[in-house]
Amino acid sequence: MKKFLLFIGMFFLIPTVIIAQEKSIDTITPKDLKEVIVIGKKAQLYQKQAKPLATIDEYLQQSTKVDMIRRGSYAWEPMINNMTTERTLVTIDGMRVFGACTDKMDPITSYVEVSNLSEATIKSGQQGACHGSTIGGSIDLQRNRSGFSDLGWDTSLNTGFETNSKQKIIGSAVNYTEKAFYVDTDFMFRDAENYTDGMGQEVLFSQFRKFNISATSGFAFDKNKLLEGSIIYDKATNVGYPALPMDVSLAEALITSLKYEYVPESSKIENWETKIYYNTITHKMDDTKRPSVPIHMDMPGWSDTFGFYSKAKGVLNNHHFIADLNSFYNRSVAEMTMYPADSNEKLMFMYTWPDVKTVYTALFLEDNIALNCHSSLKFSTSLANHYNQVASELGLESLQIFYPNMKDSKNRILPSISSNYSYDENGFSYGFGLAFGERAPSVSEGYGFYLFNSFDLFDYIGNPELKNENSLEGSVSVGYKTQKWSAKMSASYFHISNYIVGKPDETLIPMTIGASGVKIYTALDYATIFNADLNLEYQFSTDFKWKGQLVYSYGKDFEDQNLPFVSPLRYFSSLDYKNGKFTSEIAVQGNATQTQFSPFYGEDRTPSYAILNFDVGYSFAFEKVKCNLKTGIENIFDTYYSTFSDWNNIPRKGRNFFLNVAFGF
Amino acid sequence: MTSCTNNDEPTVDELDGLTKFKEISNTTHTIELYKHMSGLEQGYNEIALKIKDKTTNQYVKDATISWMPVMHMAMMNHSCPKSPVTKVSTDGLVYEGYIVFQMAQNATEYWDLKIDYTINGAAYSMTSVIDVPASTKQKVTTFTGSDNVRYIVAYVDPHHPKVGINDMVVGVWKMQDMMNFPVVDNYKLKIDPRMPSMGNHSSPNNVDATQTLAGDLYNGKLSLTMTGYWKINLQLLNASGTVLKGETITDAVPASSIYFEIEF
Repeated sequence: MKKFLLFIGMFFLIPTVIIAQEKSIDTITPKDLKEVIVIGKKAQLYQKQAKPLATIDEYLQQSTKVDMIRRGSYAWEPMINNMTTERTLVTIDGMRVFGACTDKMDPITSYVEVSNLSEATIKSGQQGACHGSTIGGSIDLQRNRSGFSDLGWDTSLNTGFETNSKQKIIGSAVNYTEKAFYVDTDFMFRDAENYTDGMGQEVLFSQFRKFNISATSGFAFDKNKLLEGSIIYDKATNVGYPALPMDVSLAEALITSLKYEYVPESSKIENWETKIYYNTITHKMDDTKRPSVPIHMDMPGWSDTFGFYSKAKGVLNNHHFIADLNSFYNRSVAEMTMYPADSNEKLMFMYTWPDVKTVYTALFLEDNIALNCHSSLKFSTSLANHYNQVASELGLESLQIFYPNMKDSKNRILPSISSNYSYDENGFSYGFGLAFGERAPSVSEGYGFYLFNSFDLFDYIGNPELKNENSLEGSVSVGYKTQKWSAKMSASYFHISNYIVGKPDETLIPMTIGASGVKIYTALDYATIFNADLNLEYQFSTDFKWKGQLVYSYGKDFEDQNLPFVSPLRYFSSLDYKNGKFTSEIAVQGNATQTQFSPFYGEDRTPSYAILNFDVGYSFAFEKVKCNLKTGIENIFDTYYSTFSDWNNIPRKGRNFFLNVAFGF
Repeated sequence: MTSCTNNDEPTVDELDGLTKFKEISNTTHTIELYKHMSGLEQGYNEIALKIKDKTTNQYVKDATISWMPVMHMAMMNHSCPKSPVTKVSTDGLVYEGYIVFQMAQNATEYWDLKIDYTINGAAYSMTSVIDVPASTKQKVTTFTGSDNVRYIVAYVDPHHPKVGINDMVVGVWKMQDMMNFPVVDNYKLKIDPRMPSMGNHSSPNNVDATQTLAGDLYNGKLSLTMTGYWKINLQLLNASGTVLKGETITDAVPASSIYFEIEF
């Protein structure tokens, strides 16, 4: 049932019947456009993954649709189609979770661990609109669950060590399955010190420490009804952000959900899943370890979300339907307290997120029509109501300094519509799609108050009067596959109107000491983003396989100025060897020089780079214990480099040896 | 028009939010002095008072009052800006006005307050030393303008500043002679609030203080982006827009020579 392969850019249909009940579908199954990165069960993963105990961030960046903005070793911010958090949607099993840091130091991917997850489903553009409004696309991180496949106990122990940063990893998983009951638990702990770059320089404040525990338990009754509870507790402490002026003393999340799943025995409804969830995040920035700060400040943030979704999948003749009603309530508060040098002075306090409440409700409908056994046509649409309210009187009055007529609440309607055609015959496939979607401004864009961006050195002020940002997108894909060859090219083009960016206001004086000025969030007429990627695979023999990736991106605003964080030409190539219990891979990854950078947003020209990685793995059984070993070298030539998405050009890791060991019982 | 003849109007507490800080007596009357928050201090003071007849123990409803604060210095005496004393409401018992103490008392120099009043044609008077300690933050400033006139500028409101846009009230007076300090009309007081502890951070959308009616105080808007200590840098402009005192804030000039301070 689980796939332990890394599928990149495939038209691929994941079986969605989780309950062990075979349901014969006598209609033709339509194709769905998505990309799945398998994170998977610990033991088996060793065969396929260069570094099985890599962070979730390292897994995600294998996708040609995803780039990661890096502010340190920890908590990278995923971008989909070169679009950052505001324009994308990251969910955990369909649940909305919102980071509590005004400086995006805690993307929600930082609150899960690879041990929690089975796979990440990446969808481009409006294909990803099922769980919420998005422009760039979505990543849904799916929880690990045993289901009812292998009865009995299943335990494993994972350990890892990396020489550069002295990262120590230890994890365990204990799963127990009965006929109508299962419980999965896992634990993972990571502790890393500062890493060293390719010139042998220690990158100060790049340490982190985190632990994560999670449990999922399901109980099936009546054979076709399942109740499942899930909980993740994640706590990171002493996290350094070398690219930022502050570190994090605490990033803590509790993510809980209760799901009810029903598979009607004889009905047009194939599967009906309803989930309620709650998550709470506490995030505390910390500058006490920095040698000199112009002023000491505390910047805690909190984000609480309640939500639910109810999603039904059905089949009627050749129509495959999905209906998803989802809603969430989020409360985001962040404050800043500054301690004057003269301790007799009163503390300086402000809300940087003025207790913003968001209530979002959407209905998503999809009809995937299998036209014949080769082609399918998919329509999806959603309509959402997005309501914001500023609950803090102090926060509201702060913003009213800038917007005297601002009301405490604002309502927005967010539509989305998309259509896709796909065709597949004799190994040849192609598809194209057209879509339109809108998003509301993020809490920072709408209501942020003097949020310092250490990239362009401006303080940012939110703008509650922003219009919805909307995107018109077109996508095409062409693929060809034989026994030995697999090639896939896909491209997306986004025309984004009311593109939200910060614009300097010369009349304003920054709050942050040393800042260059103040930018007010405003909207450009439009911006365009284009991405094209090529994925190739060639199976030389049963033992050898070659993989290649090439990604081209382009992003300009309406005045032909470059957009920030647009990837230069990016490539990856690997040669995999697998013979029985032995695996090995040699891989090269690199970027061309970033020539299309944006000085306006603080970017400079990033030189090209290429690094070489190598790993070997061996699996063996010892009595009843299965053991998987994986060891390798990353950045073999100790190259000094930083990429276009490294915040303030902080250098990446130099040479790193790693060892991952897993025992399965 | 209403024909309602009900007289049970709720009596407004004219002293709501005020506390008595001083009583002065002569043989016939006691005058109770009230103020928002504690006692008098250097700067602008809004003062309410009531006159109690010692024989009847009743408060006097219809008195005509004037007052004269005087600073007794080693070499000279002088007064300060002050308003007339008026009734808060015709039917009430409370009288009010303001006094701007431009300097505080010290070990050898002190303020006293003389109150003259007439009740039913009979004139009375009483005088008492009053306590005017220095304010912790600068609320009043005295200076000689480029026109060689001596000015007094005082902070009046907000009493309780908040994060956001505050309605700001200030007063501008000039020294005509040692005892007369009339309101200056049609000038402008430019304001530039800054946080010296925060890299001289400023706030947007402040409105300079101007006067709507001759003889009145000046009104403006004061934006405060956060709590803490703010220095409100000032520039006084005359009716033709000439700067009489104070400097524009730049990187080289972090503070004006005239300013107020607030901390909250």
